[in-house]
Amino acid sequence: MPTKESRRARVERASDQSLLIYFDQEAKKSRAKARPPSRQFTIRANEQVRKLLRLLEQGPIAGVRNLHPAYCSILVKFDPLKWTHDKLGKELRKYLGRLNEVRLPEPRHVEIPVCYGGEYGPDLDEVAATHGITPEGVIELHTSATYLVYCLGFVPGFAYLGELPPGLVTPRLPAPRKQVPAGSVGIAGNQTGVYPFETPGGWRLLGRTPLAMFRTDRQGLSLLSIGDRVRFVRISRERFAELQGA
Amino acid sequence: MRVIEVLSPGLLTTVQDLGREGFGPMGVSPSGAADPIALRIGNRLVGNAEGAAALEMTLLGGTFAFPQGAVGALASSDFGATLDGVAIPSWTSFEVKPGQRLRLGPTRTGARCYLCVRGGLAVEPFLGSASTHLLSGLGGHEGRALRKGDVLKIGDAVSSSRTDTLACSPAPSNPRDPSSRPGIPASPLASSAAPPSLIGRKVAPIILERLALRKTLRVTPGPQSDWFSKTVQRTFYNATYRVSEEANRMGLRLEGPAIPGGSHGEMISEGVSLGAIQIAAGGLPIILFVEQQTTGGYAKIANVISADLHSLGQLRPRDEIRFGSVSFDTALKLLIEQEKLLASEDLIV
Repeated sequence: MPTKESRRARVERASDQSLLIYFDQEAKKSRAKARPPSRQFTIRANEQVRKLLRLLEQGPIAGVRNLHPAYCSILVKFDPLKWTHDKLGKELRKYLGRLNEVRLPEPRHVEIPVCYGGEYGPDLDEVAATHGITPEGVIELHTSATYLVYCLGFVPGFAYLGELPPGLVTPRLPAPRKQVPAGSVGIAGNQTGVYPFETPGGWRLLGRTPLAMFRTDRQGLSLLSIGDRVRFVRISRERFAELQGA
Repeated sequence: MRVIEVLSPGLLTTVQDLGREGFGPMGVSPSGAADPIALRIGNRLVGNAEGAAALEMTLLGGTFAFPQGAVGALASSDFGATLDGVAIPSWTSFEVKPGQRLRLGPTRTGARCYLCVRGGLAVEPFLGSASTHLLSGLGGHEGRALRKGDVLKIGDAVSSSRTDTLACSPAPSNPRDPSSRPGIPASPLASSAAPPSLIGRKVAPIILERLALRKTLRVTPGPQSDWFSKTVQRTFYNATYRVSEEANRMGLRLEGPAIPGGSHGEMISEGVSLGAIQIAAGGLPIILFVEQQTTGGYAKIANVISADLHSLGQLRPRDEIRFGSVSFDTALKLLIEQEKLLASEDLIV
């Protein structure tokens, strides 16, 4: 029996070896004109994403090669010599029909220490000026919220965290920086995140964490996983140096 | 133990195999050879398992010494290779005597040339793969492109059969795929001298012809194709695009007619597939490639078909390409034909 949840999911072809499953989205035709989704909307859809991910991790489908969970969707990459879109779509519908049974585990709470401003947060003052508040005010807002890890993407261990308090919502830089240092904490739109590696990046940088976001010598590799709850905690330069040495 | 000494690394030389699948939820893209067909055939020539680790050279090759000798093969683009001054053709296995030097120069054809050695390269695997992921500095040889003075160990990744039975499962070990098999166990004879039958093996010309690289890439519709009007799509399919200087393993930026309609500014980031053609701000297409980001927020107008992905790996900056639309059924048919060729007993003569 298809449940309400499974009917709401939309399965589409993304390439000749992948499918996209969208949750709670507008029908394809009207999507172009759809308004940005509300917070509640996105959180519910993301819960469905995590439930499906959990089912597919607990009962993997042979010939499914990779999964790319995101805010409201999962990309399923498969071996096209083993599955057609239609057959795999039908198989996935079975999983979708079981989403109601899935209990998501209690979320992990992770605190990320951040040294704000100065060379670590070169955009702090400008973000403050944009919103007509002090840099202190920006830090207060950024540390006031508990964020959900909607998904990981961009590079290994980069967590998309949402959502920023409305007073901090800021567009990304007009031109991305060629190099953003590892550990930089940035904001873009209503999202925030930490750069795990030195990479190019267009998010506005408020500070930096001494924590390694992705380490090959630790179990789990990535400090953050999809579904975690995150808070940023302000630390001094001295504490930053101590933690970095640790 | 046999080793390769890097006397000169070339422009961008990395250790690659067929990549690591299954780690998308952590934001880890597969990486792996930009031209996986070249890697697979090169490995077959030297009697390796298809997915053994090899060197991927880009535009300008390096110079390598083999103190203990080796059996090698160069796959795909012609980098003007010489062994102690004697020209070495692509797609042919050859013996390197202890102390001989293999020198490669600038490409005369496509962007990439693979040096496969019998036994493969032995590097510490990261998430089950030897592939280098340059942006994050993970995998391969210390997570980076080779430098002068690097020493690489040669491993024992030889195939247990003459024609490799892995032909139809190019993905290596995959934690999400219970059907994926671990690599074929190394033969106990792996470290002994190469059998003479492994030297001078060639790829059948007729098969090379049928695997020829394409400058008109065949594509299927992308998840946001319907965001683009008929007129705009016509522009896209009639256009000739030039590969920009910024093309790399993450993506190939293209220059040519801009495609309007891609940025509604309201798209929610979603998982992106290999070969997706996204229309970035400004309307210029970017083809996502092996070190792609795993999620993205740009509209995708089309997706390069699996059978043409290896052609992407041979595109050089300033190369001109076009796109041709095919159905999903055709894409699958073309892939099945390609895999049949690769699995063919007659591939190597």
